[in-house]
Amino acid sequence: MWDYTDKVLDHFKNPRNVGKIENPDGVGHVGALACGDALTLMFKLNSEGRIDDVKFQTFGCASAIAASSALTEMIKGLTPDEALKISNKEIADYLGGLPDQKMHCSVMGQEALEAAVHNYRTGETSSFTESEDPVICHCFDVHESEIVRVINDNKLTTVEQVTNFSKAGGACGNCIGDIQKILDRIIAENSPPAAVAERPMTQLQKIRKIEEIVDNEIRPALQRDGGDIELIDVRGDDVIVAMRGACIGCASASITLSTLVEAKLREFVSPALRVLAED
Amino acid sequence: MNKTVYLDNNATTRTDPAVVMAMMPFFSERYGNPSSMHAFGGSIHKEIEDAREKVAALIKADPSEIVFTGSGSESNNHAIFGSIEALGTDSTVITTRVEHPAVLQACRALKEKGVNVIEVGVMSDGTLNIDEYSEALTTPGKKLVSMMWANNETGVIFPIKTALEKARNAGAIFHTDAVQAVGKLSEVDVSKLPVNMLSFSGHKIHAPKGIGVLYIRKGTRVAPFLKGGHQENGRRAGTENVPYIVGLGKAAELAMEELASGENKRIAAMRDKLQEGLIKCPDAIVNGSLKDRLPNTLNISFEYIEGEGILYHLSDAGICASSGSACTSGALEPSHVVRAMGVPFTAVHGSTRFSLSRYNTEEEIDYVLSVVPEVVDRLRALSPFVTS
Repeated sequence: MWDYTDKVLDHFKNPRNVGKIENPDGVGHVGALACGDALTLMFKLNSEGRIDDVKFQTFGCASAIAASSALTEMIKGLTPDEALKISNKEIADYLGGLPDQKMHCSVMGQEALEAAVHNYRTGETSSFTESEDPVICHCFDVHESEIVRVINDNKLTTVEQVTNFSKAGGACGNCIGDIQKILDRIIAENSPPAAVAERPMTQLQKIRKIEEIVDNEIRPALQRDGGDIELIDVRGDDVIVAMRGACIGCASASITLSTLVEAKLREFVSPALRVLAED
Repeated sequence: MNKTVYLDNNATTRTDPAVVMAMMPFFSERYGNPSSMHAFGGSIHKEIEDAREKVAALIKADPSEIVFTGSGSESNNHAIFGSIEALGTDSTVITTRVEHPAVLQACRALKEKGVNVIEVGVMSDGTLNIDEYSEALTTPGKKLVSMMWANNETGVIFPIKTALEKARNAGAIFHTDAVQAVGKLSEVDVSKLPVNMLSFSGHKIHAPKGIGVLYIRKGTRVAPFLKGGHQENGRRAGTENVPYIVGLGKAAELAMEELASGENKRIAAMRDKLQEGLIKCPDAIVNGSLKDRLPNTLNISFEYIEGEGILYHLSDAGICASSGSACTSGALEPSHVVRAMGVPFTAVHGSTRFSLSRYNTEEEIDYVLSVVPEVVDRLRALSPFVTS
């Protein structure tokens, strides 16, 4: 059995505001029989433009019924604009939480509300425009905008979480790659650029960067004094070099190594580097 | 009514009190190791062999052909992986789309390793698509068939006699997952239907959970599943689970008595009464063949409502059943069995299984019949798809 809270079970067993309204101001319908859950939500406004009466009908599991019932209680007395601010997370929180695999039930409530407000404003029955908002998951008819929203609203990081929240990818699995791309895009958009720079370099990246600094910054400086340096090896953070030209036998070669070579490499590549002369 | 009405016997059964009694001495009194060279342990060996004889008698096998395992799933894994290890990965496995996951996942794991796997479909009443099966058997080369005797979700019985004959004619070896058939069908008799391997489980026949059987016909090549010991004739290493083996022996004895006594007729009569009552609900559909079906199983769909809600309301009324709906399993898709049958999409999510046992009574069926229609009405009142 699912670990449902008492509040979920209460709303499932004693659902509030079940039924239909004569001449509603807004009607939203989401889901389908084939998908395993569906919700019709309708409301009527009073003279102040606040939601006065709200009714729902749900086909689905216990948590889908409970989430629908909770939503109707939450939006009573709100204006449509205020109601639209309710996130799926707030619906789940109202119920004391939902199991991970059932979060999509709270999302369905939010979407039905959105569709009902859209219907109230425009008279249209669907809030999706196919050209701008493609279907990603064809099994459960989940549009890209829905996936983007559950990722942003709930700070999701894995495809599995996206499936729990939106059902997308939960059947044939063909869209899992597309969901991953959307996730990657949103995570990249949301992470500050500094965080990218802080990512540790691979050894290969480190070696290339050291070569670049040695060739462009260090060798020209030494060559001006008739000296030179050769990069021999990089072992972890140890950079092995050999002095060449006038540097060989120079009394200040070891000072050059620490004040010029090591300082430059630490500045431009990594503060952890240590420069050693070849034995 | 505070009592529990348990109608989920295809999931597991109550351990018979007589089975528990038979097991008790083997925990803290006669706890010796049957492999020991002292009488305290060595005398236990005879108890295991007694149990093996009783289990063999239930399916008319020779005791030497019985391997005790840890579960029905282990038996299925042993049969499938062990056969392919012996046959080679250049062989073909023919199975069906409605098998238990223990068979389907094992076959899919072999497919990953390059074994040719063919999943045969079923008809809309859940019976085997015999043409597809015959076609699969024309595949050249070495072949293993793994086909369940009866389906756990619908109770539909596959034509094992015909399927076995066809497999033998095609040179295939034949395994059957008989977890739901043993103890319920007297036809499960390997002296008359010489399958190569047959799996079953203790806890479906009133023994405890954690004990299973793999019958391996003499001369069938199957690699050992657990290596590292001489137990079970070298086929399954590990010190024998003595109390459970003794318990399964007792349960097998009781199952034989039950099959001989016609108890299944009483169970079938109760199931039929339940079906007749429930089908009166509007928009109810029985899933699976009415003809080729286990005597204890009823799978019925209530259209336009969803199974999880049904089970929670029934549970509140003390009634235990199960569902093929997506929501009850944590998966997002409904059961692979009802989907393979092509049950109408209006009905797959409301499929509900009631499975009976010898412990059920007619009063319990009357009680269930008084509860279910009300639950269906309550959920239908919530459903946007009910127009009336």
